[in-house]
Amino acid sequence: MLPYMIKRLVSLTISLMAASLVIFFVIEVVPGDPASFMLGLNASPETVAALRDSLGLNAPAPMRYWQWITGLVQGEFGISYTYKVPVSELIADRFWVSMPLSVYALMLSTAIAFPVGVIAAARRNSPTDVSIMGVTQLGVAVPNFWFAMLLVLLFSITLRWFSAGGFPGWEAGFFACMKALTLPAIALALPQASILARVMRSSLLDTLGEDFVRTARAKGLTRRQALWRHALRNALIPVLTIIGLQFSFLLAGAIIIENVFFLPGLGRLVFQSITQRDLIVVKSVIFLLVFAVILVTFIVDVTYAIVDPRLRRARA
Amino acid sequence: MALLEIEKLNVSIKGTPILRDVGLGVDAGEVLGVVGESGSGKSMTAMAIMQLLPVGTEWNGAVRLGGKALETFSEKDMCALRGNEIGMVFQEPMTALNPVQTIGDQVAETILVHSGKSRREARRIAREALNRVGLPEDRFPLDRYPHDLSGGQRQRVVIAMAIALRPKLLIADEPTTALDVTTQAQILKLLKKLVDEDGMGMILITHDLAVVADMADHIAIMKDGEVVEAGDTVTLFREMKHPYTRSLFEASNHVPSRNPVNVPGRGKPVIEVSGVVRDYPLPRRSLFSAPGHFRAVDHVSLAIGRGENVGLVGESGCGKSTLTRAILALDPVQSGEIKLDGGVFSTHGHGPDRDMRRRVQVVFQDPYSSFNPRHRVDRLIAEPFFLLDEQPDREERHRRINEALVNVGLQPSDAHKYIHEFSGGQRQRIAIARALIIEPSLIVLDEAVSALDVSIRAQILDLLADLSDRLAISYLFISHDLSVVRAITDRVLVMKSGKVVEEGLTEDVFRNPRHPYTKELLAATPVLDEALKAREARAAASGLGASS
Amino acid sequence: MTDMNVEPSLRMGVVLAALRTPSFMIGLVLTLVFLFAALLSFVWTPYDVTQLEIANKLKTPSATHWFGTDAFGRDIFSMVMIGARVSIAVALIAVGIGIVIGVPLGLLAAARHGTLLDEIVMRANDLVFAFPALLMAIMITAVFGPSAVNAIIAIGIFNIPVFARLSRGAALSLWQRDYVLAARVAGKGRTLISAEHILPNITNLLIVQGTIQFSLGILAEAGLAYVGLGTQPPLPSWGRMLSEAQTMIYIAPHLAIFPGLAIVFTVLGLNLMGDGLRDIFDPKLRRAR
Repeated sequence: MLPYMIKRLVSLTISLMAASLVIFFVIEVVPGDPASFMLGLNASPETVAALRDSLGLNAPAPMRYWQWITGLVQGEFGISYTYKVPVSELIADRFWVSMPLSVYALMLSTAIAFPVGVIAAARRNSPTDVSIMGVTQLGVAVPNFWFAMLLVLLFSITLRWFSAGGFPGWEAGFFACMKALTLPAIALALPQASILARVMRSSLLDTLGEDFVRTARAKGLTRRQALWRHALRNALIPVLTIIGLQFSFLLAGAIIIENVFFLPGLGRLVFQSITQRDLIVVKSVIFLLVFAVILVTFIVDVTYAIVDPRLRRARA
Repeated sequence: MALLEIEKLNVSIKGTPILRDVGLGVDAGEVLGVVGESGSGKSMTAMAIMQLLPVGTEWNGAVRLGGKALETFSEKDMCALRGNEIGMVFQEPMTALNPVQTIGDQVAETILVHSGKSRREARRIAREALNRVGLPEDRFPLDRYPHDLSGGQRQRVVIAMAIALRPKLLIADEPTTALDVTTQAQILKLLKKLVDEDGMGMILITHDLAVVADMADHIAIMKDGEVVEAGDTVTLFREMKHPYTRSLFEASNHVPSRNPVNVPGRGKPVIEVSGVVRDYPLPRRSLFSAPGHFRAVDHVSLAIGRGENVGLVGESGCGKSTLTRAILALDPVQSGEIKLDGGVFSTHGHGPDRDMRRRVQVVFQDPYSSFNPRHRVDRLIAEPFFLLDEQPDREERHRRINEALVNVGLQPSDAHKYIHEFSGGQRQRIAIARALIIEPSLIVLDEAVSALDVSIRAQILDLLADLSDRLAISYLFISHDLSVVRAITDRVLVMKSGKVVEEGLTEDVFRNPRHPYTKELLAATPVLDEALKAREARAAASGLGASS
Repeated sequence: MTDMNVEPSLRMGVVLAALRTPSFMIGLVLTLVFLFAALLSFVWTPYDVTQLEIANKLKTPSATHWFGTDAFGRDIFSMVMIGARVSIAVALIAVGIGIVIGVPLGLLAAARHGTLLDEIVMRANDLVFAFPALLMAIMITAVFGPSAVNAIIAIGIFNIPVFARLSRGAALSLWQRDYVLAARVAGKGRTLISAEHILPNITNLLIVQGTIQFSLGILAEAGLAYVGLGTQPPLPSWGRMLSEAQTMIYIAPHLAIFPGLAIVFTVLGLNLMGDGLRDIFDPKLRRAR
């Protein structure tokens, strides 16, 4: 197990380095001079020079990259050009809206998709299966932000069960916050759950056709027992991959959904920063999100090893 | 009363009959061999007994186990019966076990499902079962996972699951087909021992007449979903009432008749392999150690003369496939040299040029993956023309394609068909045509008849012998099947762990093996005539005992 | 997966199978409807959407305005038609980018399996996967400003590793086939084998994945346009229509309904078509499912 973990950790670090290089390149090298880009066309050369100075842009690019990375490791993201406060402060509050929303949605999506996928596979070609497949086919096609609007229309405007948006802040208490995040999380989770349920079903049907399931039946297990004890755990392996991929979609989706519900998350911050051309904030937020995606990939890899003993072997 | 009786068993899938009026019987302590070629319905019979038929299958008939009419059993009753009164062993041990569960848990599950025993007790019984099948505790603790085990060991685990509760009947469906011959001998011996110890009845399903002649007390021959002949093993082989039985028997023992025409240069060396080495890098043990090497082929030398057929035998992992790939120049050699027709074919850091390459062609094992499904036969067999410096013109091309097809017993009109229109045997003929078309000096036959049914195999062997006689082509015939090698080759090499351990004229090696490994291989190979003789001798001895 | 081989002589059979696969036919009809609407919008729409008629604003659906009108009095039906044009174009070009760059990369990695080149291609793929299309779009927009072209690039880049991985995986298993070995024995090089034996035998797979990525592209384009990173005014797009509708969701909910339904039906149509194609190309799979 340990060599496998080390190998995954090494590849995690390499991915992070490469991702940070890409971000740095696109945001700081491609525009030419970020300072004049940020200030726009009408800025005087003196102000541009001053900003360049304060941002340390006179240093060569590799140097700036090094400073950025060393800063990141210490939790220093730099100073926001528009807000004049440390970016880490700006991000911290908003992070605690976006991240809980994504995780909430991921949990919802998994909690719905697993049983639905298993039931559909267990009752293959039954009316239950056919209707599940039909509903999920539709679910896959629904854009989450539009679904969010429909939810607002139904639950906030018509039924008045939830407020149409806003976030009370964590000091208002856990339940108040979770309530504010519930509609957004449902809007994010249901389309993803449709995908996941379909993957779960087809993966389970694949494994049900494996030789070892036939062996289990020959031992005297019922269809149901063979499914639960033998097929399910093997079917999880491809499902895990999809869950890992889904997290990145959920994170991206959360950024969009925040707009529907007026949630003060990273999405709102990054869109404001784009309008204000605050590249420092944009750079930091993107790095943070990419970091989250890569971290989840790592977690999925480790989970593989727990599910599949073949990976646990020292094949580093 | 018989332990298992099947009467008038009919199975059909969506209206297509698969089994017709099948009747079989097995007594306790007795082995029934069910023999047939692919598609004969022998596996379907087994699944019908277990009532594990695919969805959409309809069946009727009587299946009685110890007097109980299984056709009246509900699915729940059958679950209680499977694994408890009937055990089953399958063909493919590599996929028959759940990869994410320990072998102990998988064997213990049989016990837990059928009895109210505690987990501890179940694991104790599982341990006992694993010990019985030759997986002792010190080397095979209960917490091993299947991926740690070889194919033969996995098959032992499957057998342990099947016999853990000492069932009355054991069904073994081609239990040794995927295994090497020495492993096959061990598994067959184990099955025989278990039948004797527990007084089980066993149904042994196989395509191999030699295996049943050795193992079975009674035999049923199946063809196209029907039992064409059944009876006591010795009597059945002695009488062979049904023509299909006779043709199967003949095909299994088939030796092509040879009649080489005199061709100038016959016997002159074609290929000379000297001191060839193939290493594979092993995965690094840790980040800091240098990667190791696995020597798959270790200083192998061999020579083949014009018109000569040389066999290369050995078990899986012995390096024969790696050597084949080196001779085909698919992989480079690390050291040593391969010479062809006197010139250097390949050596370390140097591969063959086009003209050299042209002179070595190949026929692979699997007729179904040997052809690009999108090309027509003419394009498929003309592929090696790529190696000619000057492409033949349309007419020449046409003529040579026709000639190649006729040479392998097909029609020129077949050139315009697609590969899916042909059977496995016909496809193998097309593969031979593809190898022949640019008149190579050597054709490598890589398990070229191993995937074929015996009757088709006999035809292909005849074709190969005929081509070799007429055209003086040389073959390197690679196979794990000793009887086939004996039938077709002049000389044979035995390979083990990357080295050639014995070499000589085929008949000499088979009659007087010198190396202990060759002896072991030959002893493990079931031979139909010898098995029958031994069985007759035993029958005679016990008959004398009974009458005196 | 790689058994999705359809022999050319069976092409007629494929057409017949397609006609007998209801999901494919429904998907095909839906897709064709939107494709037709998109093409028609170049020459004709019921109303001119560049003309603002404030007097006619926020009309609910009626016989004159089938889908109603927006806050500027523009005909929503006409806007949905033009929106189809944008969505389909963006998604289609993005799929094209993915195929044109991803497939050769995947084939190359497979042909050089186990070499440094293979490793580099695969690691680069992993890296791109860490940037969902939205993040890519945010980065590009932050530097170049929002436009439909940037949306295409962002979605296209995300499609590259999808096709690269798919074709590499499928190609790797084909490289094990005996017919590829036979081609190597016939002296053919890796490039020629990739073109002659590998690519033709993975096209079915690519077509199926292509329809799936097409539908994902439409969803992604809508999302980007919704947050203002995609198509810019005055050209209507489904995503931006929804973001405009959101501000008026209390007074005119119908504004949000029709563009959303347009997205759902297009994506549904493409997905049904993709699933249907999979069944048609691989009857074995259909039996198993």
